[in-house]
Amino acid sequence: MSAGYNFGFMDEHAKKEIRRAILKAIAIPGYQVPYSSREMPMGRGFGTGGLQLTLSLIGENDTLKVIDQGADDSVNAVNLRQFIEMTCPGVDTTTYLSEATLIQSRHRIPEVALKPEQVLILQVPYPDPLIVVEPSEDKRKMMHGEADYARLLVKLYEDIVKFDEITISHRYPTRINRHYVIDPSPIPRWDVPKLNHSPALILFGAGREKKIYAVPPHTLAEPLAFDDVPFRVEDFSDEIGNRRACVRCGSRESFLDEFTDETAGKVYQCSDSDYCDGQLAKQSGKEAVYA
Amino acid sequence: MGYVAIKGGSRAIQGAANVTEALRAAEGEQGVPLTISTIKNQLRLLTSRIVSEGGLYHPELAALAIKQSQGDTLEAAFALRAYRSTKPRLLETPVQDASKMRIIRRISSAFKDISGGQMLGSTHDYALRLMRMELADESPEHFRNIAKKFMQSTPEIALPDSFPKVVDALREEGLLANFSADRVGHDAFDITREPLSFPAPRSAGLATMARAETGSLLALAYSNMRGYGDVHPTIAELRIGYLPVMLPHMVTGELVEAGEVLMTECEVVAMYEDDANGGKPTFTLGYGACFGHNEVKAISMAILDRALQKGMADGPSNPSEDSEFVLLHIDGVDSMGFASHYKMPHYVTFQSDMDRLRTTQKKHQEGRS
Repeated sequence: MSAGYNFGFMDEHAKKEIRRAILKAIAIPGYQVPYSSREMPMGRGFGTGGLQLTLSLIGENDTLKVIDQGADDSVNAVNLRQFIEMTCPGVDTTTYLSEATLIQSRHRIPEVALKPEQVLILQVPYPDPLIVVEPSEDKRKMMHGEADYARLLVKLYEDIVKFDEITISHRYPTRINRHYVIDPSPIPRWDVPKLNHSPALILFGAGREKKIYAVPPHTLAEPLAFDDVPFRVEDFSDEIGNRRACVRCGSRESFLDEFTDETAGKVYQCSDSDYCDGQLAKQSGKEAVYA
Repeated sequence: MGYVAIKGGSRAIQGAANVTEALRAAEGEQGVPLTISTIKNQLRLLTSRIVSEGGLYHPELAALAIKQSQGDTLEAAFALRAYRSTKPRLLETPVQDASKMRIIRRISSAFKDISGGQMLGSTHDYALRLMRMELADESPEHFRNIAKKFMQSTPEIALPDSFPKVVDALREEGLLANFSADRVGHDAFDITREPLSFPAPRSAGLATMARAETGSLLALAYSNMRGYGDVHPTIAELRIGYLPVMLPHMVTGELVEAGEVLMTECEVVAMYEDDANGGKPTFTLGYGACFGHNEVKAISMAILDRALQKGMADGPSNPSEDSEFVLLHIDGVDSMGFASHYKMPHYVTFQSDMDRLRTTQKKHQEGRS
């Protein structure tokens, strides 16, 4: 009993099917293309949808970056990267955003703007933004087709009535190219504006829910909001209104993770570890790779 | 050779793998590693469950999956399913004739006597569930003699090649509807190559249930049995045996036997319904079948098949009749994966949650003062 695996683990028919679904997703921005998601040798919910996109697209000339929660060295990112290295011999991996051609990510879009030749692949647990108002997929499909997002807007309105705030923290519903509303995956609101007119192609893969969708380059992406209640990103101001800084690199322009330090109390650090390293390198004059 | 990015997480993963492997061998010097043959034979019902939930009939690989997962059924079925992703689909099998099954057990609870006869075969149904303390310290000599003695004392009887199906007799009597001509030979929906979308054809539902997690199927079928539904099934026939797999010959195209698979098949008859086209009322049928010997799974599937057909016809009136509810929540690989994923870090999303709550709390405070 021996197991010799194909380049990219999946058989070529499967990869071709996924690439066709990707083309369809690009052609209809924001539309969730159903596909027959394959089982990957890692848990459903751990990024199998993103992984199938990566494995279908990757070739020997690609350089791959895998991040989870903004970090390249978190356990799940390491696990995915090792699996891809194992099944795609010859492929380069990197932690530097500037070197990567393919970036697979969970919960974050990198702080530094993507380049046109890059492809960002986001892992998606819940592909459908309408699930919060309608459990039946059959009915949701009709609502999407008719661009009927009334119930979603009512949910936002009810939030304002009840809390004087829209309470959706991440997975913020975003309308693509003036029709389909997508769940942009559990990225924070901080990252949602990066979808709008992104120079790079952004792909979304939901393995368990068997859907692929895309925000093509230079496409309009608008978070749902009201004229008098604008969309707002996370606020990192301290008690007196100053922008908090990263304890490591000092940046006041990045999404911050909050820690409790036994001596220093509450501290904040960049969620995007490569960005944080880049800021430190700039300060010490070693910034070539971060151009 | 590729450049490889490595950081702290890899050591943690390697450490976790090492301790898991050490626990597998924790018996120490007295330990005897499990052989694939031991698992396949002595844990045959576990192996059955894995080939069925893994969706791949390969008892040896299923046994290996059980060994490496240290007995976790969800993990073992998962490993087999992932292995399946690496293999292309070479062809579609034609419809296989279950009356040709080499039977090892066959019962009907609808009739005392059925054509071909009832064959009790192996079952735990009538066993007293008392602890068999003598097995705790079984001698290898005694163990090896059990099967031999059984074979010696069992007379050889030539069995017929084919056993008639109980439901065929019901069809002949007009108590069950005949196959409608437009559905015979209709292409089956392949859930491994096409995404499930709703309303789903019956063949997609059957395929999804055939590789579903046994406990999940049982729970939903049980809800129907207990009162959240009204299938009220009678088992027309439950048969377990080796089904010859007939495939077209590469050159001649003629059907030849490529091998055989152990299968459990169950047909339940349920309350009668008016014929939609104005014909006479007939009983309704629910169908269940899975790889391996797994009777609870086949029965649960047959009940749910009937419940789903009713839901499709009249609209669902309870969860077990709602095809989205049933078919999207019974897959072990999907559900266990998603339950496990909550253990992964969610720092970013939780940071964002805290931002919303703090802002809302602040507004709440301001509103009060």
